[in-house]
Amino acid sequence: MRNPILTGAVLLAVGVSVAIAQSMNGAGATFPSLIYQKWFDEYHKLNKDVQVNYQAVGSGAGVKQLTEGTVDFGASDKPMTDAELKALKTPAFHFPTVMGAVVATYNLPGVTKELKLSPAALAGIYMGTVTKWNDKLISGDNPGVKLPGDEIVVVHRSDASGTTFIFTDYMAKVSPDWQKKVGTNSAVSWPVGIGGQGNEGVTALVKQTPSSIGYVELAFAVKNNMGYASLKNQAGEFVKPSFQSVTEAAAGAAANMPADFRVSITNAPGKGSYPISSFTWLLIPNHFADAAKQKAIKAFLKWMLADGQKYATGLYYAPLPKTVIAKELAQIDMIK
Amino acid sequence: MATSTVPETQTIRSKAKAGDLIARFVVLAFAILILILAILAVGELWRSSGPSREKFGFGFLRSAAWNPVTEDFGALPFIYGTIVTSVLALVISVPLSVGAAIFLSELAPAGVSDALTFLIELLAAIPSVIYGLLALFTIVPLMRTTIEPFLKTHFGFLPLFRGYALGVGLLTASIVLSIMTIPFIISVSRESLLAVPREMREAALALGATRWETTWQVVVPYAKLGISGSIFLGLARALGETMAVTMVIGNDPAIHGSLVYGLFPIPNLLASGSTIATVIASQFSEATGSVYPASLVELGLVLFLLTVIINAFARLMIVATTGKGSKRP
Amino acid sequence: MSKRLIWRKSVNGVMLAMTGIFTLFTVLCLFTILGYLIYNGGRSLDWGFFYKLPLPPGENGGGMANAILGTFEMVAMAAMIGLPIGFLAGIYLSEFEDRMFGSLIRYVADLLNGIPSIVVGVLAWSLVVKPMHGYSAFAGSVALSIMLIPIVTRQTEQFLREVPQSLREAGLALGASKWKMVATVVVPAGSKGVMTGMILGVARISGESAPLLFTALSNQFWPTSLLQPTASLPVMIYTHATSPFEDWNRQAWAAGLVLIGMVLTANILARLVIARGISVPRG
Repeated sequence: MRNPILTGAVLLAVGVSVAIAQSMNGAGATFPSLIYQKWFDEYHKLNKDVQVNYQAVGSGAGVKQLTEGTVDFGASDKPMTDAELKALKTPAFHFPTVMGAVVATYNLPGVTKELKLSPAALAGIYMGTVTKWNDKLISGDNPGVKLPGDEIVVVHRSDASGTTFIFTDYMAKVSPDWQKKVGTNSAVSWPVGIGGQGNEGVTALVKQTPSSIGYVELAFAVKNNMGYASLKNQAGEFVKPSFQSVTEAAAGAAANMPADFRVSITNAPGKGSYPISSFTWLLIPNHFADAAKQKAIKAFLKWMLADGQKYATGLYYAPLPKTVIAKELAQIDMIK
Repeated sequence: MATSTVPETQTIRSKAKAGDLIARFVVLAFAILILILAILAVGELWRSSGPSREKFGFGFLRSAAWNPVTEDFGALPFIYGTIVTSVLALVISVPLSVGAAIFLSELAPAGVSDALTFLIELLAAIPSVIYGLLALFTIVPLMRTTIEPFLKTHFGFLPLFRGYALGVGLLTASIVLSIMTIPFIISVSRESLLAVPREMREAALALGATRWETTWQVVVPYAKLGISGSIFLGLARALGETMAVTMVIGNDPAIHGSLVYGLFPIPNLLASGSTIATVIASQFSEATGSVYPASLVELGLVLFLLTVIINAFARLMIVATTGKGSKRP
Repeated sequence: MSKRLIWRKSVNGVMLAMTGIFTLFTVLCLFTILGYLIYNGGRSLDWGFFYKLPLPPGENGGGMANAILGTFEMVAMAAMIGLPIGFLAGIYLSEFEDRMFGSLIRYVADLLNGIPSIVVGVLAWSLVVKPMHGYSAFAGSVALSIMLIPIVTRQTEQFLREVPQSLREAGLALGASKWKMVATVVVPAGSKGVMTGMILGVARISGESAPLLFTALSNQFWPTSLLQPTASLPVMIYTHATSPFEDWNRQAWAAGLVLIGMVLTANILARLVIARGISVPRG
């Protein structure tokens, strides 16, 4: 070959391409990506011959790639619709993994105290009717906090997002105006605001832009030392997002979980429930042609439901309720 | 010396002929491979964009819609964003580059000129994603904290500078693109200027013209085809740029502009926008269904066509002046 | 001196000074870019970068060893595919061309050259990823080779054409057959330029990120197979630069420095080689 450097590089590459017993690829939601990356990293440490590569590309992209068959499994915070499920070549199961909170994170340099936001305020901000921080809808709930008269820079998602679905699902429940004008979906026509890609993109935008607000998963806000609001729930209490308030929000659903695990827990009843909570799901095909892959994914799921749950609270996610775990273990056996 | 026998000579000759035929066949085969690759490329793009072409027809190019839920797509916001950023990039970079090319070809001593050109051409080798990385952490904060507020307070009466100073947006993307096109324009313009015969300069100087007058009124017009070619080359590069632009343009699939003169909306440069390349990069992985991805592929086809035409023009102009074609592919 | 002359002389001085300033500005741009990159990258780079794997987002430390290896693998594969094709096609265009067909091939090579990098990515997705039902380093290499082939073709043709015709005629006069003449006279004579073209082409594709987004995707582990998604430096820079986590931003700078080190070294080497001129044998 003309170039010895190239030859050397090729030899190196071939030499290092060790055959691993099992490689699996998954793609999807950014909402749980912090704990998923942690899980797959830890799982690989425990099982050196299994590599599960997860790419956080957004719930919409995850569903697409599962449908196209370019990944082994998907991940989404928006349960797949019946139409989407029908479009799959191999039907898939929904496996809840953890619960998380969508928080309203903001960047207000002068404000150190935590803000309290009512559904009316949040809906107003995202519909463009509440434009300044010192609007009565916000200041009314935050006496003693000096709010600037600056314009609110609204940040939302630019990609097809499960987090958007959770957020708009909540908004539609608490604001009939929102239900009419914007609706619920993973991608909506936003009345105002700028878009960021993935939970990371929105977090980065809010972090860099003073006077901005965005909706992201709790872990992203906490890990970046950003302020986030307590929201008023159905019971009229202002609840701070945390794994405890999310667990309480899921209590009702845990008791009455449907067989396919597709459920929404936004705006849940209960004094201590955080109103924008949600399950997030792994989308696993019910049949694997490759027996080794099938074994590997089943083993991972079992680990995820047992030891994996221990990592949740450390990353600000809520572990699954025990009743849900039991039902999921039964579903694992249904994977052929 | 013994003469070679006739059969031996014939064997050598026929072996050589056979060798030639084989060699010819081999290189021809590889050349045909390129043809096949091109046909495959265009064919696949045409096929994949089918659902979108059938649904929208030519109206695709005029529609400003972009709604994945109702499956209504239009290319206008992206064509608009591509044109605005590329043209603005050239507006900034052409005077700078042509000026620098003039300096390097007319004024600088040969050694200095070669060394500086070498350095400037290195700018062209820097990968796009690195321009994006730098822009994200240096230009964007500068725009957000200093330049955009300045433009807003002093020039805010113009429809060009309205809205919130975010740092990312059309203006920032244009600035980054201009830096990326500079090395191409300088390199080719300089060669075109160097190719102008000495007699032209000497004649003008003999007639009493100043150095500048000679350059501007004699040399540059003589080389104007080559210089125009370099501008087109820069334009072609700007149109197709993806990574650096995605990181600083804000990725909003809409047109933010004021329809002041009725025909072409005056862009709000502080607003976010989108180009054809950036919308494909950000939305292709999640485009579900059949029309959505097809629309993105159709956008790619449009961009491809645009760059092919502009590249062809550029090459024609450059070959006409320097006579040997551009060094840089 | 007349007023008009004074005016003309001042215009002369001002404009010429401006051109000098513009040149200075351009060169300053380069130095600022490199300077910033070296400063920030240097601060962020540590030895761990070269042998550690990436950590989950939010955790500090780790490295991008898998991306460095991934880039090498994919660029090497693209070179294995693209260099021979481009080289031989270039020889066709320069030495064996037919009037009409040669022009067609040249036109088509220019066409391929003009495909925007993101469209190449989409193309490779349709041609490789979708039928193979998976992202892979192989798909990434195919995308990169689509970009490499036209570059190498045109460069090879151009540098071989610059070999003086007298050399060819001398070879033929000595009784060599055409293919022997090309192989032993023309190609070695033009080898410096051709090699430069190849190095520049390979350096160019190693920095490309857009074609890899939909083909090689990315991977947090070591590359184990050419048929699996693989991390690469350019894609890592993109995802880490746009992340809110500061440690990931730091890693992006380090990766940027490593990447630009590779690319610029190759470029400078190539240009120094060509600066010595075409290697025409003396005597």
